[in-house]
Amino acid sequence: AEAEDSPGEQEAAASKPLFAGLSDVSISQDIPIEGEITIPSRARAQEHDSSTLNESIRRTIMRDLKAVGRKFMHVLYPRKSNALLRDWDLWGPLILCVTLALMLQKSSIDGKNDGGGPEFAEVFVIIWFGAVTITLNSKLLGGNISFFQSLCVLGYCILPLNIAMLICRLLLLAGQGPINFMIRLFVVLLMFAWSVVASTAFLADSQPPNRKALAVYPVFLFYFVISWMILTFTP
Amino acid sequence: AAADELAFHEFEEATNLLAETPDAATTSQSDELTSREHVAVVVGSGIGYGAEVGEEEDDKTSLLQEEKPQPRFWTFDYYQSFFDVDTSQVLDRIKGSLLPHPGHNFVRHHLRNRPDLYGPFWICATLAFVLAVTGNLTLVLAQRRDPSIHYSPQFHKVTIAGITIYCYAWLVPLALWGFLRWRQGTRERMGLYTFLETVCVYGYSLFVFIPTVVLWLIPVQWIQWLFGALGLALSAAGLVFTLWPVVREDTRLVAAALLSTVVLLHALLALGCKLYFFQPLPLDHVVPAPQATPPSPNVLLPSSIQPMTTS
Repeated sequence: AEAEDSPGEQEAAASKPLFAGLSDVSISQDIPIEGEITIPSRARAQEHDSSTLNESIRRTIMRDLKAVGRKFMHVLYPRKSNALLRDWDLWGPLILCVTLALMLQKSSIDGKNDGGGPEFAEVFVIIWFGAVTITLNSKLLGGNISFFQSLCVLGYCILPLNIAMLICRLLLLAGQGPINFMIRLFVVLLMFAWSVVASTAFLADSQPPNRKALAVYPVFLFYFVISWMILTFTP
Repeated sequence: AAADELAFHEFEEATNLLAETPDAATTSQSDELTSREHVAVVVGSGIGYGAEVGEEEDDKTSLLQEEKPQPRFWTFDYYQSFFDVDTSQVLDRIKGSLLPHPGHNFVRHHLRNRPDLYGPFWICATLAFVLAVTGNLTLVLAQRRDPSIHYSPQFHKVTIAGITIYCYAWLVPLALWGFLRWRQGTRERMGLYTFLETVCVYGYSLFVFIPTVVLWLIPVQWIQWLFGALGLALSAAGLVFTLWPVVREDTRLVAAALLSTVVLLHALLALGCKLYFFQPLPLDHVVPAPQATPPSPNVLLPSSIQPMTTS
């Protein structure tokens, strides 16, 4: 190999006499190669600025809250972007899940005889166990999405249903009746469709095209059950 | 995509061979395997002339990947092999379970040695939720006709439905598979389905009940019973046609007993669902007096009433 290389180098040396001495230097022998791997100065300054060690606690919390809020906006206005996928967190799903479970709770304590709406723990278990099952299902089908990314998306997409629950509780203050029920049904159906559309906008691309329906169907079932719990809620 | 097609053809070929000559299938398959390995090695050395050894190894492994032994059961890949289905395949299997006809073996024609767990799992989940939800909707409809009925979401029924359906769809195939294995020990010539195939057959056979349960929303008793019988007949027929080639080799008595047990259990499941989730009227809410309950034959079943009164 060396015999092949040397004529070429000599030619180069002949054409550029400036580097004539370089053809004799061989780096590979035993000169240690040293140096500093430099980061471009702008990125370095940015990193220094956003170091979480030096900033105040208030700023840290505000930044996280802002991130959660931005993701809420992504769910309410679903478009092709992977902000929800790129930096996932489970704070939003936790907040939404607890809020929904609290709102589904009956106001009366004498609850033995009230005919079995879902308890706090049941809502919690259905949401988390359901999300984990759907995630495992999509992983088993061969989706290229990480476990927590999928949990994050499924959790954040409960947001429209949370809104539906809020509206339903407000409507139920006005009393029950057939018209009232129709309005609630409409709201819940709308928000259910919204949830499914939003979550599939984020999740469907992770699957091969011939398996999209298989991955989306469990999501549909999941939100359907949550919608059912919301619709049948009576205080 | 090319590798997938290759694998699929191979499976199909193996199935055909198995169907034609069950004894010769293993030897011919192993012949094919060795010949292919030979080809792969030749190609690999042809490409890798002058290249590094590691690259050649990679080539070989990627070429031979489809002939790897099944991964171990603690790895994720092992379970991934049970969910290796496409949408069209699942729809085809559902169609096959909906339209059974004699001589049409669900395992041979639709599963083709690739049983999946996607169908059974999600069909069971759907059936459980649909049972609970529609059972509850009948209560809503009953309340519209008779405002004295107190409506309640009855959320515990979801749990009951889920446990019942999943237990049925897993424990009955387990028992059936165990029984057939035992019979195979006594009689040599019997073929056998794997446990997964049995689960798959049962899971897909439950699909008929999903539309049936939705149709049970029609609040007319005889229509409900008609649809129930129709669904049960379809589902049980599919099971019997699939199991028949296996139990045919056994003695007449055992075959008859086994098939009737299978059908009976299926009928019990359908009947239990009908009576528990679709009671004509919720008994404890209407009127406290027991003589005012409707004189339908359904109320004679004490097990179907007990959970209602305790709730």
